[in-house]
Amino acid sequence: MHLKSRYPQAFAWPALFLFTAFFILPSLSGIYFAFTDWSSFSDEVNFVGFKNFHRLFSADEHYFDYFWNTFVFTVVTIVLKTIFGLGLALLLDKGVRSFVNLYRALIYVPVVLPMLVVGLIFRSILHPSQGLLNVSLRSVGLGSLAFRWLTDPHLALYSIMVIDTWKGVGYIMVILLAGLQTIPREYYEAAEVDGAGAWARFWHITLPMLAPAIMIVTVLNVLYGLRVFDIVYATTNGGPGYASEVVMTGIFKAFSQGQYGLGTALSTVLFAILLVVGYGVIRLLERPTEGG
Amino acid sequence: MILSVIKHKKTVFAAGHLAAVFASLLTLTPVYLVCVNALKSESESAAMAPSLPSQLHFENFATVIERGKLVTSFFNSVLYAGSSAALATFFAALAAFVLSRRRSRMNRAIYFFLIMGIALPINFFTLTKIMQVAHLINTKPGIIILYATLQIPFAIFLIYGFIESIPRDLDDAATIDGCGPVKMFFFVVAPLLTPVLVTTFILSFLNTWNDFIMPLYYLDSSENWPMTLAVYNFFGQYKQSWNLVSADILLTIAPVLIVYLVGQRFILSGMTSGAVKG
Repeated sequence: MHLKSRYPQAFAWPALFLFTAFFILPSLSGIYFAFTDWSSFSDEVNFVGFKNFHRLFSADEHYFDYFWNTFVFTVVTIVLKTIFGLGLALLLDKGVRSFVNLYRALIYVPVVLPMLVVGLIFRSILHPSQGLLNVSLRSVGLGSLAFRWLTDPHLALYSIMVIDTWKGVGYIMVILLAGLQTIPREYYEAAEVDGAGAWARFWHITLPMLAPAIMIVTVLNVLYGLRVFDIVYATTNGGPGYASEVVMTGIFKAFSQGQYGLGTALSTVLFAILLVVGYGVIRLLERPTEGG
Repeated sequence: MILSVIKHKKTVFAAGHLAAVFASLLTLTPVYLVCVNALKSESESAAMAPSLPSQLHFENFATVIERGKLVTSFFNSVLYAGSSAALATFFAALAAFVLSRRRSRMNRAIYFFLIMGIALPINFFTLTKIMQVAHLINTKPGIIILYATLQIPFAIFLIYGFIESIPRDLDDAATIDGCGPVKMFFFVVAPLLTPVLVTTFILSFLNTWNDFIMPLYYLDSSENWPMTLAVYNFFGQYKQSWNLVSADILLTIAPVLIVYLVGQRFILSGMTSGAVKG
């Protein structure tokens, strides 16, 4: 077999070149710059050891909160999206018999909208005094629930998580629905004959059979959550104060303030975390093909 | 007995439809709000209320197209999304073809290396330096190359999986008929890859169209801005005029919604493939 001449390595070069030059090279050289005082204020770049990392994890600064907020965002959105996504998928798979594709298409719409635009619309809906949500709450006598959704430091991050769930739940639903549709109907029929109730069927057939799809959905959400930027930037831009600041918005602030060394350190920590997570994820994504 | 079971099933489905309709309405509300408010007067749109406009102000669209520089930014978005999606799909297909067909140790390592890009974050600081050195910063070709690079990992992942389903016998036949690798790729393999190539192109196109991070970092002149950044900037200037902001938003998402309506089948198949195999 002349595999080498039939499938020339050169075919992979353009992709490999672009990816290495504009993706990997910046990340790797960033590791070096994370240990420097590189900034927009001076042409000199000096080695400063772990100084940037000390700042990131020092109690006097707020950078640790960025990581904490990112972590909270990731965990909470995973839970919300999985619960609502699974609920919707079950609804479309078992609760209705017609119009399934229509409902699926409609519920998926927010997924294709630009996050920036979604952020702007929700800034209007959640406006404390004239926003649709608070106006509606007051009109039905629930004025005490009309909070300052995006400007209250205790609420802002949670409001963002709900918006993000609204935006992303269609994606999760579509994957879980595809998973549900691969479960053979006979399993349910057999269980029904054996007298299994709806709950028993859910716990003993649906959930175990759906586990791989739930796993995939979770890792996708982890990767998304740890790198979240758009929705935070478009709604609160990290505010009020630093209440909803996440790692990626912190990186953008460091960039616009010219603190390149510090920003690179932030970026490098995130890179290290995602390298570990990503390695696990890719092993997971690959498993089905290795078996067959 | 049977009758009551049928009745029970009927109520279950009725409740199911009710819930599904409610969920659909919930997802569509913001789009609806934008549609009705885009046609209102400034004072009427102040609260972004769901009520229908008392008078139709179609001139809002003309106003935002002119003031929001929407024509320029529309063509920028088409250029960025279209050309980067084409580049990414083409390069990814070439690479995935070879990596999938000749699975040496080396090629498996290259494949893993490339798809790690699905998970990793970019370092914007050092990337700026590289863009400067390459004279690509603040240029249209620069942003197109960046977007293409960003889409390559996922594109390779999608296409790689699909190539496995194309029988190798075809490659053998093509070789026997005297096809070189280039001819084989373009005339035998690529046509069979059409569904996955369309999916990859549409997904990359939408990702780029919706993105605003890259121009935020790497395009300082408003002449080069895509629609997302233009709409955000417009919002900054006309915060009080929700009718204009809505009209601007509607014109920005209209192309996305059209692509979604036309390519829905490809989008949904791309999103579920890889996630749920078999």
